[in-house]
Amino acid sequence: MSLEYDLASGSTRELNKKLHALGIANKTDKICVTNPNGAHALAVGLTRPLKVNIKGHVGYYCAGMNQIAEVNIDGNAGPAVAENMMSGYVTVTGNVSHYAGATSHGGTLLVCGDASSRCGISLKGADIIIKGNVGHMSAFMAQTGRMVICGDAGETLGDSIYETKLYVRGSIASLGTDCVQKSMTEKHKNELETLLISAGITGADAAEFNRFGSARKLYNFKVDNADAY
Amino acid sequence: MPTKKNGDSQINLHELQSRLKESATYPRQVIAEIQRAAETGIYDIRGWGAKRSVPNFDDLLFLGASMSRYPLEGYREKCTTSVTLGDRFASKPIELKIPITIAGMSFGALSGSAKEALGRGATIAGTSTTTGDGGMTPEEREHSELLVYQLLPSRYGMNPDDLRKADAIEIVVGQGAKPGGGGMLLGQKISERVAGMRDLPKGIDQRSACRHPDWTGPDDLAIKIQELREITNWEKPIYIKIGAARPYYDTALAIKAGADVVVLDGMQGGTAATQDVFIEHVGIPTLPALRQAVEALQELDMHRKVQLIVSGGIRSGADVAKALAMGADAVSIGVAALIALGDNSPAFEKEYNSLGTSAGFYDGWHEGRDPTGISTQDEELAARFDPVMGGRRLANYLNVLALETQTLARANGKSHVHNLEPEDLVALTIEASAMAGVPLAGTDWIPGKK
Repeated sequence: MSLEYDLASGSTRELNKKLHALGIANKTDKICVTNPNGAHALAVGLTRPLKVNIKGHVGYYCAGMNQIAEVNIDGNAGPAVAENMMSGYVTVTGNVSHYAGATSHGGTLLVCGDASSRCGISLKGADIIIKGNVGHMSAFMAQTGRMVICGDAGETLGDSIYETKLYVRGSIASLGTDCVQKSMTEKHKNELETLLISAGITGADAAEFNRFGSARKLYNFKVDNADAY
Repeated sequence: MPTKKNGDSQINLHELQSRLKESATYPRQVIAEIQRAAETGIYDIRGWGAKRSVPNFDDLLFLGASMSRYPLEGYREKCTTSVTLGDRFASKPIELKIPITIAGMSFGALSGSAKEALGRGATIAGTSTTTGDGGMTPEEREHSELLVYQLLPSRYGMNPDDLRKADAIEIVVGQGAKPGGGGMLLGQKISERVAGMRDLPKGIDQRSACRHPDWTGPDDLAIKIQELREITNWEKPIYIKIGAARPYYDTALAIKAGADVVVLDGMQGGTAATQDVFIEHVGIPTLPALRQAVEALQELDMHRKVQLIVSGGIRSGADVAKALAMGADAVSIGVAALIALGDNSPAFEKEYNSLGTSAGFYDGWHEGRDPTGISTQDEELAARFDPVMGGRRLANYLNVLALETQTLARANGKSHVHNLEPEDLVALTIEASAMAGVPLAGTDWIPGKK
């Protein structure tokens, strides 16, 4: 089934109710949403195999806590797009604001433009792929999952990072506390290539990336590390 | 006369004690803390809430009925205790039989069976219990008729399926024991199950963030609440929990952000693990915090429309009744609930002694060696705790709190505990009078009011 929903004449509440009701027959429904005009909390809490295409810019928390569904935002996204996503695939064709993919547990967030600060904060297992640059404090306290940054990273990348893997192609303004460069083995190159191919990124070679992760020196509190905090 | 050998000389202890002069600035506990800090190089971390003496509900008294106020007959005339929470925006508000809820405490800080007992006890008594950092366990959901799901800064275990299973959602902004502080679950309590629920390796310290990862300030919070309501079809009441820092403004901002319920936690409120210096020196006591929160609700014409739950040092039905008289809709208990389950029981005195403490003083909840099996992830210790018995004990305690509250309400002529009012109260001290906004006993005087 293919549907259209015009937010110029509808409401966020009505749209989300409609989205929550779709896909019951276990088949992939498609819906095109027009005139989002920066509205918040669009397509949140989806649990079924829908394909949602939003034509325009969205506000806060678009595709928040997504499960299974594919959400494409044909524009820019406000803060915390795909926050706490559990599974599924969220694509933003433009740029994204702060906290993109915050605390996401699973699925993939693909940003075709740049991401602002704190992208992937407290990441818990999802893959975040940024074709452009990311702002400061990205991957702060990131726990697990993977982040691919095809452009440059801002200050204090990966501060207090746990087990998340960071692949960065461009320059890094600075690394955060306990975040260090790690060796890029064949295994990591293969893993990165798979991620790039799955995101349809053809212009970047895995060999051009460096890998970063945790030095694991702050995993258990030691008073001698107090200067690091 | 008691004597003690000291080398070759006999010292008369009684005489010695009467001659020794202890410093008010450096009493023995302060000296011991300086010595401990010098030895270890790290601040003291502990559980429990503030242990210092602060003005509290004991400093208030009910006036009782008199010529102009008619009492209700005990055991005969009805005095109801029910409360509805969250009917401002939620389509499915919570109905409690008693105005006493169980505060958020995490699986991780507490054993699975202790969490189960909290659910069992609350359910028998007709009230709600609350998850904590680390998410919702199936046992907790199964044994809790009414379960409030906390959304915390760490988002450990945050899952939209559990969000939909909850009866209400509590956005935790702060905690009375540590307003402005995060938390740390030490590695020794991180079992495989706890680690799995929090997406971190086993055995490492787990830092709980002090700020939410995806919003900053009340304007953002209003949008965050919209997202949560959209995900849960506008069914669940949304609580906002604040530590008692600036309760007048924080309550007003929580109302503006769209809360159905404000949960206010005073500095006596408990914690599983925080620095002693933080617990004792940040935040304000429950008494003035409650008055300021009620003032904010009244000024915005939201009193009884947005419900107020107050916690931090609620121990008896007298505390419950006084909190309600000052304007709270319900109270919440944490430390008292753990004590009801069996925490600090004299039955474990020998084991407390082996940990360097004693029943009544044990606050090392962060260490995971709790002999009662309540604040531990050690399977052997946790197996000592019987969740059915623990639930029964908690239900008994909650029933006593409710009965005591009714007794005091009837004595003041109230047919519902919510009919208690500030006019029923007086204060024993000038400090409590100023903080609670009720007159000093025997006067019409409230310091700071004309």
